[in-house]
Amino acid sequence: MLKHEQIEKSVGLLIVLTLLVVSIGGLLEIVPLFFQKSVTTPVEGLKPYDAVRLVGRDVYVREGCYLCHSQMIRPFRAETERYGHYSVGGEFVYDHPFQWGSKRTGPDLARVGGRYSDEWQRAHLMNPRDVVPESNMPAFAFLSNTKAKDSVGADVEKKMEVMRGFANVRGLPTYSDEEIKGAKAAIGDMTELDVLIAYLQGLGTVLKTAQQ
Amino acid sequence: MSDFWNAYVVVIVLVSILACAILLYVQGKAKFTPGKSMGHVWDETLEEYNNPMPKWWSWLFVITVIFSLAYLALYPGLGNFKGFLGWTSSGQYQIERDRMDATVKPLYDKYSAMDLQAVAGDKQAMEMGKRLYLTYCMQCHGADARGAKGFPNLTDSDWQFGGEPAQIEQTIADGRMGMMPAHAQLGADTIKDLANYVRSLSGLPNDSVRAAKGKEAFASVGCSGCHGPDAKGMHALGAPNLTDKVWLYGSSEATIVETITKGRQNKMPAWKEFLGDAKVHLLAAYVLSLGQGAK
Repeated sequence: MLKHEQIEKSVGLLIVLTLLVVSIGGLLEIVPLFFQKSVTTPVEGLKPYDAVRLVGRDVYVREGCYLCHSQMIRPFRAETERYGHYSVGGEFVYDHPFQWGSKRTGPDLARVGGRYSDEWQRAHLMNPRDVVPESNMPAFAFLSNTKAKDSVGADVEKKMEVMRGFANVRGLPTYSDEEIKGAKAAIGDMTELDVLIAYLQGLGTVLKTAQQ
Repeated sequence: MSDFWNAYVVVIVLVSILACAILLYVQGKAKFTPGKSMGHVWDETLEEYNNPMPKWWSWLFVITVIFSLAYLALYPGLGNFKGFLGWTSSGQYQIERDRMDATVKPLYDKYSAMDLQAVAGDKQAMEMGKRLYLTYCMQCHGADARGAKGFPNLTDSDWQFGGEPAQIEQTIADGRMGMMPAHAQLGADTIKDLANYVRSLSGLPNDSVRAAKGKEAFASVGCSGCHGPDAKGMHALGAPNLTDKVWLYGSSEATIVETITKGRQNKMPAWKEFLGDAKVHLLAAYVLSLGQGAK
């Protein structure tokens, strides 16, 4: 049998056994989720992000919106009263990576889609204090200077193919060849601001928005 | 969870806990030689001994083993086993909701049965209304309800879609679409005439020659179709009254020219599905009370 002394004196063995011990938690709590239907099945009506929203999402990630905004409504009354139905696993099957976040300097955005008008989103991103004087969110006016096709949308076909690869592995509905071919045309001359708004306006709209 | 993953979780969890228990037992039985050096020396005098752990410390480990078994018996955690308490996060959430509903539902029911004017005069209802307003409405209409550029001031007596109680309630419940079409085709000159005319309606400084031409154009190019021949607006279309000195987007000539040239579009979202009738009713009464302060 292994002696304490042997483990202590062999670095390789110590590493292997340490990894084994610390991996038990993950093996138990994370791995089975990959195979659990309630987490891997899309909620009814959920579709993969279309080309515009997919690149809008990249703007969201690039600008680090997740650092101040979560996208995860917890099952507490105080949260569902304000934001709507609590988040469920099946809403995130097309999110690679998910944008749950862990900090709310600003409000949760999991169901911000349709909550405000496009005009509000535009005015608010250009300068948040124009509509919410108390806001401490930075202005993102510069997003209106760049066409999405020149930055986040430059390789949109490639991005969609990668997403399609993920979906195929899991047997989920995904993009057709036509959708990928038409991606550039769908983005057209939209600015980074436009595609970001398109992304925001689609967030969380699939699940019934009623508070319950 | 499928049978395989169920078994996977159950076996690893129980084996891990059992292994901890065995380790504790074996260590408890082990012979120690207190005071005898293991031969490791650091920093000149720091020696490693083979002393047993303090008893209280060992007991903490024993307690964690007992705790984990008790927890797994009561709460979900062991594969598909739901635990003897039958606890679920959605159940916990429902309990929280039910407890709160027991308090607030009678209030909402009471106010839902009252007409808006009566609710608007009820002190407690208005306190509730204010909290609802600050949660759902202030992002666009402002914490002071005075609005922002493109988002109406709710404290004045001007109503784009009508200030009757039923109209306010409908605005909140079903939302509204504000839609001023673009009129670039009129040409910069005519648009400037119109802008001067519109400014003259509110008694703002204007070029009177242009304003006179603008008045003719107002009737001939179709402005009166939505804003009315007297420019007093039309609630059914959400066409603002242009004579009341209230400006949604601004009153400068440049802003009015931009409004006419490019048009304006904005939307009041519908809240009925999200908030439900009772909250919409209370909010409508609150908004009604805000406007009444202006009269």
